Amino acid sequence: MTDHAHALETSTGLDSRKLAIWTFIGSECMFFATLISNYLVHKGKSLVGPFAHEAWTDPATGQVMEPIIEIPLVTVGTALLLFSSLFIVLALYGAQKGNRKMLLGWLAATLFCGMFFVGMQVYEFTHFVHKGLTLSRNMFGASFFILTGFHGTHVTIGVIWLLTMFVLALKGKLTPNRSLNLEMAALYWHFVDVVWVVIFPVVYLIR
Amino acid sequence: MATTALDQPHAHAAHAEKTGLWSWITTVDHKRIGILYGATAFFFFLLGGLEALIIRIQLARPDNNFISPETYNQLFTMHGTTMIFLAIMPLSSMLFNYLIPLQIGARDVAFPRLNAFSYWVFLLGGLFLNAGFLFGAAPDTGWYGYANLTSRQFSPGHNVDFWNMGLQVLGVASLAAAVNFFVTIVNMRAPGMTMMRMPMFVWMSFITQVLLLLAFPVIAVALILLMFDRFFGTHYFIPAGGGDPLLWQHFFWVFGHPEVYILILPAFGVVSEVLPAFSRKPLFGYAAMVFSGVFIAFLGFGVWSHHMFTTGMGPIADTFFSLSTMLIAIPTGVKIFNWLGTMWFGSLQFRTPMYFAVGFIAMFIIGGLSGVMHSSPPADLQQNDTYFIVAHFHYVLFGGSIFALTAGAYYWWPKMFGRMLDEGLGKVHFWLMLLGFNLTFFPMHFVGLNGMPRRTYTYPAELGFTLLNQIETVGSLLLGLSFLVFLINIFRTSRKPRNAPADPWNGATLEWAIPSPPPEWNFDRLPVVDGRDPLWEEKRKNGGRLPEPVAGTGAGIHLPNPSYWPAVTAVGVAALFVGIMMSPKWGPWGIVVSVALLFFGLYSWLFEKGYSEFRTPSHGGH
Repeated sequence: MTDHAHALETSTGLDSRKLAIWTFIGSECMFFATLISNYLVHKGKSLVGPFAHEAWTDPATGQVMEPIIEIPLVTVGTALLLFSSLFIVLALYGAQKGNRKMLLGWLAATLFCGMFFVGMQVYEFTHFVHKGLTLSRNMFGASFFILTGFHGTHVTIGVIWLLTMFVLALKGKLTPNRSLNLEMAALYWHFVDVVWVVIFPVVYLIR
Repeated sequence: MATTALDQPHAHAAHAEKTGLWSWITTVDHKRIGILYGATAFFFFLLGGLEALIIRIQLARPDNNFISPETYNQLFTMHGTTMIFLAIMPLSSMLFNYLIPLQIGARDVAFPRLNAFSYWVFLLGGLFLNAGFLFGAAPDTGWYGYANLTSRQFSPGHNVDFWNMGLQVLGVASLAAAVNFFVTIVNMRAPGMTMMRMPMFVWMSFITQVLLLLAFPVIAVALILLMFDRFFGTHYFIPAGGGDPLLWQHFFWVFGHPEVYILILPAFGVVSEVLPAFSRKPLFGYAAMVFSGVFIAFLGFGVWSHHMFTTGMGPIADTFFSLSTMLIAIPTGVKIFNWLGTMWFGSLQFRTPMYFAVGFIAMFIIGGLSGVMHSSPPADLQQNDTYFIVAHFHYVLFGGSIFALTAGAYYWWPKMFGRMLDEGLGKVHFWLMLLGFNLTFFPMHFVGLNGMPRRTYTYPAELGFTLLNQIETVGSLLLGLSFLVFLINIFRTSRKPRNAPADPWNGATLEWAIPSPPPEWNFDRLPVVDGRDPLWEEKRKNGGRLPEPVAGTGAGIHLPNPSYWPAVTAVGVAALFVGIMMSPKWGPWGIVVSVALLFFGLYSWLFEKGYSEFRTPSHGGH
């Protein structure tokens, strides 16, 4: 009986839930646009180090310190996050075709990438704090942590969402006629990836 | 006729009317949620009005000390914040909720429980914002909260936090509602209801949702940055740490200017429904009305710095924002001429809603003209931060939004409650409001140009502002009186029998085809639309007014089940911000517990039994 609320044909033919995710993503674009603007506006406005790309002198010890950003580790995280977009497409394909092995396998791969990324970020943040970069230290710290932190929060929410989908898939509840639930999570996941494609060069690559 | 699955006969019994407090807490019916929005917003409107009256009493005499400067700051801050976020926006939400599904021929919004969630978050956000009064720490930095007035250094108390966190909670409500209404309008239209056949109210509401979706994330980030400045030691808006206070102004007005159109576009929609009904003519220039609305919304994102001419942005920025601001006069003018064109040669019927709609046009023109005046930077340098600005935005927000919303209240009251408001008292309300409004705000143009500053708790007698301020205070009391008349009208109407006809005004839109008040399922059979003004078309085919609709039983119509999880999740959202605010005292535990509650509510909601959101039905089943 409960099926019928959604058996309604919609005006566009698109499921309302899918349209809602797209709408939400449109709104999220402005959220990240504002955070990225905040980062760019404060770029180069730090009064003391550590800096992202330049060496700096520690005023307490007079020592010259290395620039703080370490690109290789983040590049690995970035690559995995980008690959996870492919993996979730394959997982969704598995869900739509009713291929349980494919669904679970690629979903696990996606989750691994997502968790690696979050773990990478946790390591990076602790490492930076260790080196003296905090929210209150300088403008780079403030705008770096808030931009990448909010992105990381989005990845974390995505991981929780995909974990929920994984549990449902394990229970056999992610059948082809319910695959839209995974598709919605996938749309969100792609969005979070695309945002990182902008953040990574803005923060790590452009000097 | 529409053969959707909803119309399939099933073993559903007829729907009994649900009553009692619990039924309101768990309701997912868009009409009930609309009434909840309306009642809450009207309460906050009266509260904000009371704050304004205290301000006017303080200003009735020079060098007055009826209230302290500190209290004065709290009152003007809370008056502005309340009227914008807790009165006009939710009064529009009341109409979105009640009317959008009815006007597009749907049984409910796309996500009924998300709709309930929006309301509960809004209510808690409104209470949060006002809770500051209980602790003697109401927000006191203006509705715009300019940096670095809001920094820990200059605002050590919790005043700014109540404002910041309250607005963040309200933002969650607005965004959830905007997603919901956007999807509803795009996806839930009755067969034949193409975009260019939608009633103008739905169109203006649609544009408003787009503005909400794109403008609210900006203020959300700005408020989060401010929160980090105050709680976690960053210096985004603090120059001593390398930050930039002007950045706050940019962020705030990138949101703040679209917000102005969020407040006025629904009002445009209401007037575009009321005027044709009482002119007995279709809306003049329908397509021009749609596209001028779209154009206003588009330009609304490119004019924010006209709020900042006095910050010294340089000639290029000043010129750009001055020109883009002047451009807005064009689509707005199109709208005004189209309203006049609608009335032109119509058989005008001066019922109460029409009074307010015509009053709206006149008052809004005055506010629009003063708006074009300060689109010119040199003029703005004189007018900025004076009562001239106060006069301007009250002419567009009160003379515009509130006049139109009041027109809407009188127009749709019989549909919502099944009772006609009293015409005589309605007209008394109108004349008192028009007189009181103009006495209050017209003199502000003069004292403003003569240099009386805004947001200042008193003025010396020698400046010669006394007489005009006294007139303003008398006007404001009349304005208060006019709403007392409205309250009496509501009270007296509520004691009359529920006998309003389905179509008291001979309306053109679908909501007038169903009984007043509508049954829970709205339409016994979903309508099929083949043009604009579908009900007029049907009446024309029928050769006159339609017979009074027979009340159906609703048997066989599936309705979403009541649910309390949206309310639980809403409590989680509000608790999160209480937790952040109290984190210096409680540590992270308030945040942890509220996030746990939030997730508990959310998961219980997503996996609630009896709901189908988790399942995609196969279309072949029917």
